Amino acid sequence: MSMNNQGRPTGTGTSSYAASSGSALLPNEPLLFEIGDTEHSGVDLPEVEISLDRLGGFERKTSLDLAGLTEPEAMRHYVRLSRLNHSIDSGMYPLGSCTMKHNPRLNEKMARLPGFSDIHPLQPVSTVQGALELMEELSHWLMTLTNTAAVALTPKAGAHGELLGMMAIKAAQDAAGQSHRKIVLVPESAHGTNPATAAFLGYAVRPIPARADGTVDVQAVKEALSPEVAAIMLTNPNTCGLFEPQVIEIAEAVHAAGAFFYCDGANFNAIMGVVRPGDLGIDAMHINLHKTFSTPHGGGGPGAGPVVLSEALAPFAPVPFLRKGENGLELVEHNEGTALGRVTAFQGQMGMYVRALTYMLSHGGDGLAQAAQDAVLNANYIKARLSHAFSVPFNDYPTMHEALFDDSFLDGTGVTTLDFAKALIDEGFHPMTMYFPLVVHGAMLIEPTESESKQTLDRFCDVMEELAADAKAGNKDRFTAAPVKAPRRRLDETRAARSPVLRWERPVDTLKAAE
Amino acid sequence: MTTKFTPDHEYLRVEGSIGTVGITPYAQEALGDIVFVELPEVGKVLKKGDEAAVVESVKAASEIYAPVSGTVTEVNTTLSGEPGLINSDPEAGGWIYKIEIADAGEIDGLLDSDAYAQLTL
Amino acid sequence: MRYLPHSEAERAEMLGVIGAANIDALFSAVPARALKSFDLGLPAHSPEFLVEAHMKALAAKNHAGADGPFFIGAGAYRHHVPATVDHLIQRSEFLTAYTPYQPEISQGTLQMLFEFQTQVAKITGMDVANASLYDGSTGTAEAVLMARRLTRRNKIVLSGGLHPHYRDVVKAYLKDDADLECLSASPEGQGDILDHIDEQTAAIVVQTPDFYGHLRNIKTAADAAHAKGALLIVVITEVVSLGLLEAPGALGADIVVAEGQSIGNALNFGGPYLGLMATRKEFIRQMPGRLCGETVDAEGQRGFVLTLSTREQHIRREKATSNICTNSGLCALAFSIHMALLGEAGFKRLARLNHANACKLADALAGVEGVEVLNKSFFNEMTIRTPLPAAALVERLAARGILAGVPVSRVEPTDASVADLIVLAATELTTGSDIAALCAALAEELQ
Repeated sequence: MSMNNQGRPTGTGTSSYAASSGSALLPNEPLLFEIGDTEHSGVDLPEVEISLDRLGGFERKTSLDLAGLTEPEAMRHYVRLSRLNHSIDSGMYPLGSCTMKHNPRLNEKMARLPGFSDIHPLQPVSTVQGALELMEELSHWLMTLTNTAAVALTPKAGAHGELLGMMAIKAAQDAAGQSHRKIVLVPESAHGTNPATAAFLGYAVRPIPARADGTVDVQAVKEALSPEVAAIMLTNPNTCGLFEPQVIEIAEAVHAAGAFFYCDGANFNAIMGVVRPGDLGIDAMHINLHKTFSTPHGGGGPGAGPVVLSEALAPFAPVPFLRKGENGLELVEHNEGTALGRVTAFQGQMGMYVRALTYMLSHGGDGLAQAAQDAVLNANYIKARLSHAFSVPFNDYPTMHEALFDDSFLDGTGVTTLDFAKALIDEGFHPMTMYFPLVVHGAMLIEPTESESKQTLDRFCDVMEELAADAKAGNKDRFTAAPVKAPRRRLDETRAARSPVLRWERPVDTLKAAE
Repeated sequence: MTTKFTPDHEYLRVEGSIGTVGITPYAQEALGDIVFVELPEVGKVLKKGDEAAVVESVKAASEIYAPVSGTVTEVNTTLSGEPGLINSDPEAGGWIYKIEIADAGEIDGLLDSDAYAQLTL
Repeated sequence: MRYLPHSEAERAEMLGVIGAANIDALFSAVPARALKSFDLGLPAHSPEFLVEAHMKALAAKNHAGADGPFFIGAGAYRHHVPATVDHLIQRSEFLTAYTPYQPEISQGTLQMLFEFQTQVAKITGMDVANASLYDGSTGTAEAVLMARRLTRRNKIVLSGGLHPHYRDVVKAYLKDDADLECLSASPEGQGDILDHIDEQTAAIVVQTPDFYGHLRNIKTAADAAHAKGALLIVVITEVVSLGLLEAPGALGADIVVAEGQSIGNALNFGGPYLGLMATRKEFIRQMPGRLCGETVDAEGQRGFVLTLSTREQHIRREKATSNICTNSGLCALAFSIHMALLGEAGFKRLARLNHANACKLADALAGVEGVEVLNKSFFNEMTIRTPLPAAALVERLAARGILAGVPVSRVEPTDASVADLIVLAATELTTGSDIAALCAALAEELQ
């Protein structure tokens, strides 16, 4: 049997802390379907008579049973729901590998200009020259920051960008008569999306072990390279928060073997404006605009994952792409000799392009470099302040934008990484990323980003130290019971997964009453 | 009747030519609450090391490999409704599938209970 | 720099605590030749008002939907979004939260997703829906892969009425796949997809209303597919149609994929949009994307969590069921709020209004000399044949300030038989004077 994730403790804790009941500031909000009914509406629309002649007999006969709310009811329902969320705006959100930085509101304002938000993807290109110029300008920034030859803007998210980048590699190799290359090398510390993407495209995934210092074993890469290897997928800085010191050597070895270097750019925030991935020898890299360039995470998306491409891969970019024509910018929407095709219906995440470019222009080249340096400074500051109370698995290099600890400092306390993280909730912080990367036992991955002030970092470190001391002092209950101050105590994930309830159903007694 | 183990934490309980496969108490403890089991089809022919089933906990999904080559003769359909049996009773009620062993010689290559106990110390 | 909190003194103090001589010391793992070895040549940081001026100048070069009569649909629709929707999705707690991996402090997002899943299941008439995908086109590709997993068969047949860009996305996802059959364009609502179903078929993919606006017979398609053990995937690009047309779930669909942009989300030049996916209960474990489920907390209070997440790639790695990671959470929120504001009564009224305006448009177009409306049935979108090449005609109408629809040649450039066709849509925003202006301009151009 394989265990492809470390067994995390589950279950809901056993403490007898007082129940958190609903109050004005921490509401217990009923479901929309328990508040509204099918008659109420918050949108005034005229009732029009229609004939059914042009509906082909396909008019709706079944009921929708959709609850509606008037505007004041809706406003209150969603405002009350919102209060149950932690957010960047309300507190530090040090989720490693997620880059939860400040989201400037100018970005939002610009994205809502009608000239960007109220234009259709299939309008004549003569009527959207400003939009195409914006895409061109964003492309220029992305290519300049990475020193690459081309960029495909359209992917909808990081994983989608990865897919596109690997499709481009496959297309390039097919075109060069190299279709026999069926292996992709993926370091053990990689994001789960990397092996998933490679496998999706039919590649066999060969894991590359990490060295004791948390970096990729160059020798192991060289030994694994062969004429059957299509590419390596490497995250740099890696998921342990370390810059791969021999990345150039790896790139050279990969290229010498006729393979491509796909770089996972999820951690680009550590190096933007400071190191250009193109100088390291990458062939393709996706950039998460929702991480590095502050387009909001929005509770899980939408993201945007443009992919920069080297000279060798540029001809294999997907459609649509921009081209300068006689009458301004043109949008090339169909294959003209390229082999990849189309990965989404339209031009990608325009709303995110506007936000990202706004962010870039606000920072300038100098501000982006300063942001990366501050992100690295903050992570090293946390690492320095906590290294005596916590256990640092890799200490040979300075960390980049995130600080990684393992759970050996909790040995013998009966407190797990999960418990520790949940206790952090009671102190007003969002937990760090837990149990990732997998190469470290009970990992705690902390990414403060550049947005946190020294004052906030100090308060965070004080709380972390206090929690560590309390765990070592034997106050296990504080941790296993946590959180007790959140809108909910620990939730029963086993119950949710064993008998999934994925939608609201009208309670049976209400149905009977209606009969 | 003998019970043998794999380094991947499957057990194989051999009775005549039939082996019963499940995961060890150590493995169920490490995985946490099992929420779903994907069973093999009866009649499926497996080679030693093939993926035979998948067990999912809340946080992990793990493949169950065939400890020996053979043909699936029976699966524990009770697990579809009560996957938690793997947690509460991994070695009896939580068995996963039975296999007609093709090559009894392969059994000798598996770990005995002492060797497996050493592995999970 | 307004977004960076540290003063130089604080930076120096922090470097002292770290024990680093300067910031470059923290980048010591970077090969020397790659570290700041360049001049980016990018502009320096800029005050808010200058950035705003720059962006406004770019925006002003575009012809926005509100600038004149607007009839473009073809997979993205211009509807009214209530002010409340846009206000609420900008609440910090929704806008700046991450994926709800810590359910104790993410109940707002989770409950919203549970409500969203319920709404999507109800309008499609299916058992369950996921918490959203990127958009309708990638959702279609995901549905095709899901059908293959479910049936353990390979052959996929795409209807000639499927949005050509959706077809192209499926083609890219199934690169070099001999088992993908794409039927040729069917602008008149014709098609023989039922003849292409055999015992190797995993699924047929049928869009309704189709790309050309025709309403397709889902019941017949479902019965034919099921008779051969294949699945029916129904694609909907205009989700408002479900307020007036029968739910695909009631007609036998196995997987429904829709573009949800029409409800709550602006046109945005193509994104971000909102992929909806719904299916039968027994197919849940093969459905891609996040799912939110109901449970209880340690004190027995109702709460919500992401569930069945072992299907996802961050856990299953190379065994994952799909490429989806990020979803369209904020777009789903916009959809859910707009749908809650509409309610059943409002949703039906909205759909009827769209259809009524489309009927007026169709009647007016039919009255223009030389224009032929191809649709016997439609919801809010239709195809016309014109005596002139459509692309040039649409361009000339745009020069007059009228966005007249999509020339089919834009999405099917290699098919000469569709070069004289235009797809047009009407919504609740379409006025009588818009229609009059379009028809007058069209009549003049065709004289």
